[in-house]
Amino acid sequence: MKAIKPVHLALILVLLILPPIVGTAGGAWVRILDFALLYILLALGLNIVVGFAGLLDLGFIAFYAVGAYLYALLSSPHLSEQFAWIAAMSPEGMHVPIWISIPIAGLLAGVFGILLGAPTLKLRGDYLAIVTLGFGEIVRIFLNNLNAPVNITNGPQGISQIDPISVLGVSLAGERGVVDFWGFSVSSVVAYYYLFLILTAVAILVCFRLVDSRIGRAWVAIREDEIAAKAMGINTRNMKLLAFSAGAVFGGISGSLFASFQGFVSPESFTLFESIVVLAMVVLGGLGNIWGVVIGAAMLAAIPEALRLIVIPVQEAILGPGNAVIDAEVARQLLYGLAMVVIMLWRPSGLISSVANRPKGKAAVQTTNEEPVVPELVTLNAKI
Amino acid sequence: MTTASTASNASAVLPVSSTPLLQVQGVNKRFGGLQALSDVGLTIRKGQIYGLIGPNGAGKTTFFNVITGLYPPDSGTFELDGKPYSPRSVYQVTETGIARTFQNIRLFGSMTALENVMVGRHIRSRSTLVQTVLSTKGFRASEALIRLKARQLLEYVGVEHLADKIARTLSYGDQRRLEIARALATEPKLLALDEPAAGMNPSEKATLRQLLERIRADGISILLIEHDVKLVMGLCNEITALDRGKEIVRGSPELVRKNPDFIQAYLGKAHLEHAA
Repeated sequence: MKAIKPVHLALILVLLILPPIVGTAGGAWVRILDFALLYILLALGLNIVVGFAGLLDLGFIAFYAVGAYLYALLSSPHLSEQFAWIAAMSPEGMHVPIWISIPIAGLLAGVFGILLGAPTLKLRGDYLAIVTLGFGEIVRIFLNNLNAPVNITNGPQGISQIDPISVLGVSLAGERGVVDFWGFSVSSVVAYYYLFLILTAVAILVCFRLVDSRIGRAWVAIREDEIAAKAMGINTRNMKLLAFSAGAVFGGISGSLFASFQGFVSPESFTLFESIVVLAMVVLGGLGNIWGVVIGAAMLAAIPEALRLIVIPVQEAILGPGNAVIDAEVARQLLYGLAMVVIMLWRPSGLISSVANRPKGKAAVQTTNEEPVVPELVTLNAKI
Repeated sequence: MTTASTASNASAVLPVSSTPLLQVQGVNKRFGGLQALSDVGLTIRKGQIYGLIGPNGAGKTTFFNVITGLYPPDSGTFELDGKPYSPRSVYQVTETGIARTFQNIRLFGSMTALENVMVGRHIRSRSTLVQTVLSTKGFRASEALIRLKARQLLEYVGVEHLADKIARTLSYGDQRRLEIARALATEPKLLALDEPAAGMNPSEKATLRQLLERIRADGISILLIEHDVKLVMGLCNEITALDRGKEIVRGSPELVRKNPDFIQAYLGKAHLEHAA
């Protein structure tokens, strides 16, 4: 990483003091920030698959679901209630510690990534999109129906009473929403905010390291030209599987955080629409550009939720109490759609395009015609 | 012709070894009802620039794609540096030691020139996902080495001043040279070039010629498909001419040039008398 500039310090400071300030307006606002961070994690994962490796994935939310359900099963009384042998092992329900359950959620999602990747290796573009879309729906439908004959997922009712995350023995759900960290008391949503912020920062760092590495370059090469990538000796099969599963790990971890934060999971959180929202975040932010994706995800996650909270008050402020004309949900969809259309017209390759953002050299000078450059050739031995 | 004489001088200075590097025999390839290649083969010796020529549709590029693993052959034996290899997958062929360029340039358009060459180091470097994520010492050393070698190769082909330019903004000739640098980054024993001079102006061709002779002098053999007969005759020590999927003549440029079948197939009947 490069040296930290004042701009970065200011940004970090703002992110750190944001929740107490936003929190004065109500816990719901901090909750929006929490969800924005979860979506950033998801979008960073999808960015590996779609942005770096160029594999269009419309079923990404399935990995989020896998992570969420795995965490839910490992951290709720559901399995103990259903299976006598699990109840015998752990009569009060399984309460697997998070440092086991979250990595397992990530790993299992990674395995699912390979399961999805393997049959789709020869597909590209629209065909790949259709198959991944189907995969996402299959996972959701399984979750919806795996309550009979053996009740594993509890079907459409979902799984509740999921343990909150506890860090160093302190539960982030707290007592009546207030978490007491050795004298410091913050509200539960704020505590989650800091946890998610740290994880997001780690995820961003991982993404930067990946993209500027042998592996990251291989992914981008596959995106740019698969045949040329093969001719460079890249095992495109393995690299694609690696992209699918690395992206899925992000999805799985994000899903397990979601499950613990909500305390409840059900299949309706993992619809096709969610996959499309996450894809929209990646595309809108700028395919393949990490900061672009972060900003895109933050915007698309936070703005609609913020609109939900302000549409009615704003109308009432203008038109008088009780005179709101447009329903919050309608206005939200409308403005959301409008924002996306405007952004895609204004910046078709995303808020921050991965190419335009490159360090620019001097304007391309075409020397070849004027002066027949006979280069001073170094010897090949020096190269090797 | 001056180009031809300089080339024969060059080959006199740098004798071609008699050890075969690439031996390909009995290759057949069928596309549906079309017999694209019937029983063709070639032997490239170490330190040779080998030409593959023929009129349009003769099967040059098909043969080339079979050798480099892009098209699986129906039959044939393949041997590089004494070891048999299976041309079933492109990346394995590259790992074996044959690197190629493409007739219609296939660079990674949105990457910089330097990154394009760095991709070429892929098979000659090893860092795992874990090493990358943890940014271990070994990983950083490997990345630094990749970057260094890529820069040296850009210098080698003469486009080091364009290192940070996006590849697709480069001029045509520079893109061709960048593609050669990228292929060299895989540390090939044999460099296979599919019409490297296509679309180049005379001064670019002269530069290319020098570059290819330099590569050969540095110990890498070259397989060349080229339409520019002047360039091929000047550069190559040995030539195989194909027509309609069959080999019509194989040998030194002088031999090929005088072969009546070749003249008829490649240049047309009218040239027969002219050549004689």
